[in-house]
Amino acid sequence: MTKFLQTSIDGLAVGSLYALIALGYTMVYGTLKFINFSHASVFMLGAWFSLGVARLLGWGQAGAEVPIYAALVVLLATMTICGALGFAIERLAYKPLRSAPRLNVLITAIGIAMLIDNTAALEKKAEIAGYTIPIGFGTRPQRMPSLFQDKAVAEIAGVNIQFVDIVVVISAVVLMAGLQLLVFGTKLGAAMRAVSEDTRAAALMGIPVDRVISITFVVGTMLAAAAGFLFAAKYPGLNQPAAANWALLGLKAFVAAVVGGIGNIRGAVVGGILIGMIELFGAAYLFTQLRDVYVFVILIAVLLVRPTGLFPSGAVNKV
Amino acid sequence: MSEQPRDAWTSTPVIWLRSILPWLVGGVLAFALYRYGMWSESNQGSRLAMPIFHFKILSLIGINAIMAVSLNVVNGYTGQFSLGHVGFMAIGGYVSGAMTYYGSMILWQSTAIHGELFGGGDFLFLGALLCGGLVAALAGYVVGLPSLRLRGDYLAIVTLGFGEIVRLILTLTRPIKKTAEEVSQAGLLSITHNANGSWALDGWMISVGGALGFDGIPKYTNLFWIYLLCFATIIFCYRLKQSVLGKAFVSIREDEVAAEAMGVPTTRYKVLAFVIAAFFGGVGGGLFAHEVGILISPPEMNFLKSVDYVIMVVLGGMGSISGAVLAAIALTILPELLRDLSWIPFLPKALHDVSDYRLIIYALILICVMIMRPQGLMGIKEIWEVRPALWLRAKLARKEKSP
Amino acid sequence: MSEVALQARGVSISFGGLKAVSGFDLTLEKGSLQGLIGPNGAGKTTLFNLVTGVYTPSEGTIHLGSQRIDGMRPHQITRRGLARTFQNIRLFPDLRVIDNVMVAAQTHMKHGLVPTILRTGGYRREQLAIERRARELLSIFNLQGLAGEQAKNLPYGHQRRLEMARALATDPKVLLLDEPAAGMNPQEKLGLASLIAKLRKEFDLTILLIEHDMGLVMDICEQITVLDYGVVIASGPPKKIQNDPRVIEAYLGTPMTNEE
Repeated sequence: MTKFLQTSIDGLAVGSLYALIALGYTMVYGTLKFINFSHASVFMLGAWFSLGVARLLGWGQAGAEVPIYAALVVLLATMTICGALGFAIERLAYKPLRSAPRLNVLITAIGIAMLIDNTAALEKKAEIAGYTIPIGFGTRPQRMPSLFQDKAVAEIAGVNIQFVDIVVVISAVVLMAGLQLLVFGTKLGAAMRAVSEDTRAAALMGIPVDRVISITFVVGTMLAAAAGFLFAAKYPGLNQPAAANWALLGLKAFVAAVVGGIGNIRGAVVGGILIGMIELFGAAYLFTQLRDVYVFVILIAVLLVRPTGLFPSGAVNKV
Repeated sequence: MSEQPRDAWTSTPVIWLRSILPWLVGGVLAFALYRYGMWSESNQGSRLAMPIFHFKILSLIGINAIMAVSLNVVNGYTGQFSLGHVGFMAIGGYVSGAMTYYGSMILWQSTAIHGELFGGGDFLFLGALLCGGLVAALAGYVVGLPSLRLRGDYLAIVTLGFGEIVRLILTLTRPIKKTAEEVSQAGLLSITHNANGSWALDGWMISVGGALGFDGIPKYTNLFWIYLLCFATIIFCYRLKQSVLGKAFVSIREDEVAAEAMGVPTTRYKVLAFVIAAFFGGVGGGLFAHEVGILISPPEMNFLKSVDYVIMVVLGGMGSISGAVLAAIALTILPELLRDLSWIPFLPKALHDVSDYRLIIYALILICVMIMRPQGLMGIKEIWEVRPALWLRAKLARKEKSP
Repeated sequence: MSEVALQARGVSISFGGLKAVSGFDLTLEKGSLQGLIGPNGAGKTTLFNLVTGVYTPSEGTIHLGSQRIDGMRPHQITRRGLARTFQNIRLFPDLRVIDNVMVAAQTHMKHGLVPTILRTGGYRREQLAIERRARELLSIFNLQGLAGEQAKNLPYGHQRRLEMARALATDPKVLLLDEPAAGMNPQEKLGLASLIAKLRKEFDLTILLIEHDMGLVMDICEQITVLDYGVVIASGPPKKIQNDPRVIEAYLGTPMTNEE
C-alpha cells in the first residue's frame, strides 16, 4: 500500500510537470501547426536559470537565509527570462518560415534546440569591463539550492508527503487554471483559439495574428520554464544543459500531448498526468530499467489505434 | 533534358553490358585501391602510405555517405521525415557484430581476423553485413507499416522514439562472452526461470555488451569494403531515382494526394522507401561496427547521430544523391577542420581552435540554411544536372520569343 | 440498354455537423459526357473526392462498371480505370513535364523494385514504352517541346493541359474533369470543347465535368446534374435544366439562357 501511494504521489508530481510542458507543445502545434522541438530546451533553461537566479540572489550557499518568498521570486524571474527568449525565437526563426514547408520548420526547430543546448553548456567566460561573465552553465551537473523547507508535510499510510511535491502539484494546478482562464475566459484567449482554427479567417476578422502567435508562443514557453523550475525543485541534481535527459523529458511530454490529443488543452493536462502515472507505475511494478520505454510503447499504441488522441480537436483536412 | 529513345540500346547484349558496366568499373577501382595498399591502415608496406588519421577520415566519409544516401531515399525522395536512422545503424551494427564475433568463436575459436582479403573471415563478415542489413530492413518494415499512414510530424516522433527504444534495449543486453566455452555453453537464446521468481535471459544473441558497448568485434572493415559498398549504395539509389518507380517516390513528396489520385500506391511505396533506407542504414552500421578504433555502444547510437544524418540530407539537398555525398564529406571533415583553423590568414589566435563551438556552429549553419536556402545545396538535382537546366531555360526563352 | 460506366446511389457525407452531400444519385452511361453544376460550395468537388476515394461516403454506394468502389483507396480506384483532374492544379512541381505523365503511367507497370535496380531487359522495354506513350500524350496536348522542363516553370494554360495529359496516362475508362476551363479566355474555351470531344472519341472515354461556364456546359454536355447544398435539385438534358425554375433560383442572378 505504501508503495502504491508513494508511486501515485510521484506519478502525480511528474505528471504535472509533463502536463505543463505538454501545454506548450499543444499550444504551439495548435497555432503554428508544427512540433516545436526546441521546447524541451526551454524547459532545460527553466531549470538552469532557476539555479542561476537563486545563486545570483545569494540563496545558493548551504545554510543561507532563504526567505519565504524566494521560490516565487526565482520562479517569476525564470519565467520572464525564458518568456523573452521564446519571443526572440519566434520572431527571429519561426516567423520567416510561416509559409515554408513544415519539414523546414521542424529542422529549424531542431537547430534552435541544438543551439540553445550547446550554448548553455559552454564553459567559456567573457571578460567584460573587469567582470567575469560566464556565457554558459558548463558541462558539469550542479545542484539546485533548496528554496523550500525539506520536511515532510504529512504522513499517510507510512508515506512521507514532501512539501516539494505539494508545491509542484499546486503550482501546476494554479498555472493550468490560469491558462484555462486565459484561453476560455478572455478576449485574447478567444483570439488565440480563432487563430489556431483558421489563421487566415482570423486575420480577415481583424485579429492581429502575428501578435497573437507571439503571445501563444511566449505563454507556452513560460509554462515550460515554470516546469523547469518545479523540476529543479523536486530533482535538484541537474544534469548539464546538453545532456540527453532534458530532450528525453521533453519528448515524453510531447507524447503526453499526443496522447491527450494534440492541439487540445484539456488533452495536454490529462495526457501529462496519464503519462506520468504510467511511467512511474511501470518503473515501480514492472521493469525499472525499461522506464523510458513504456512511454514510447504508449505512443506507438496510441498512434496506431487512435492517432487523434483522447480529445481530438476535430479538424478536418479539406482536399 | 529530353532523352531521345534509341532502339539500339534495347538490344540484349547492350542491355546486359550497361547493367553490369558500373559494377565492373567500380570493382576495378576498388581492386586498384586494394592492390596499391590503401585497404588497411595496418598495411605498412603500401605504396601510398597515409597517416592513420587520414584513413580514419576516409573510412568515416564512406560510412557517412552510405548513411546519408540511404536516409535520402526516405527523407529526400518520398519526403517523409525520419528521425530514427541511427536505430537501423545500431541494429545493423549489433546484429552483424554479433554474427562475426560469435561466428568467429564458433568456427575458429578466436576473434582474430581470419584470412586475407576474400578469405574465410571476409566471407563471414560479408554474410554478417547482409544479415545486419536484412534485420534492419525487417525492423524498417515493422516500424514503417503502421507509422507511414500518419502525418509527417507524427512520423518524426515515432522514428525518434524507435531510435531511442533501440538504444535503450541495447543498454539492457548482457555482457559479452569472452571464451569459447562460455559461448557453446550459453547457446543461441535461453530463458530460465530463477528460484526467486525472476526471469533470466541469456544466450549469445543478446550478449552484446550492454551499456559499455560491444568490445572485441573483429575489425574487418577497410577502405576497399567501405567504398565498394558505398558505390553499390549510390548505384542502387541512383537507378532507383532515375526509374519511373523513383519518380513515383518523388511524386509522393511533391503532392501525396495527387500522387494517390494518379494511381501511385503511396503507403506501399513509402514503406518500401523506408525498408530500403533501413537496409542500407543497417549495412552502414555493420561497416561502422567493424571499423578499427570504433567501439559501437548504445550512448553513441543516439538521437544526435540521427540528426547528423538528417542534417547531411537537408544541407546537401533533399533528393539529391550527390548533394548527400557532398554533405557527408563536408560534415565529416568539418569537426577536424574546426580543430585547426590556423591556415586561414588574418584569423585571430583565439579562433584557431573552435572545436568547442562545433555543435553551435552546426546549429547556426542549419538554421541559416533553412531560412535562406531551404532546398539545400543541390535541391533535388544532381550535380551534373545543374548546368543543363540553365541552358534549357535559355532555349525555352528563345523559343517563346520566336513565333 | 447501354452499359453503365459509373453509378452513385444515395451517397452522403458529413463533415463535423455539416452534411456536405446528401442522397446523391448519378448514372453515367458508357461513352456519355455529363456535366455537374451548382453554385460555389454546393459540394461538387466533394463529390469528386467521394467518387475517387479521397473521402469515404457515410451512406450510399458507388460502382465503377460492375465493381463497387466506395471505401477503396484512391490509387486502387485509379487502377480500375477512373481518373481525375484537380480544381486547383496539383502537378508535381519539381518533376519534369514528362515525368509527371510517366508517374501516372506507371499505374499499370508490371516490373517491381528488383528489375528496376538491375535494369533488366523487360524493365527497360517497359520503361521505354511508358516514355513513348507519355510523349504521344504530350503531343496531343501540344506539350512535347517542353518535356524536359520542370512542371513548376510552365505557364498556367500549359499546366492545365499537363494536368489532363497526366490523368489520361493512367489509361482510364472514366474521366472526371474538375473545372477544366477555369482561367481560360473564350478562344481557349472553344479549343477545350473540341479537345474534350476529340479525347472522348479517341480514347473511348466516359466524361463527367464540373464547370461554372454555362456556355461550355450547355454546349457539350448531353446530360447535366445540378447540385445545391449537397442535394441534387435537377437532372436532365441541357434544355430541361435551362428552364428549370429551381435551378434558376439556385443560381440567382446568373442568366441561364443563351443570349445572342
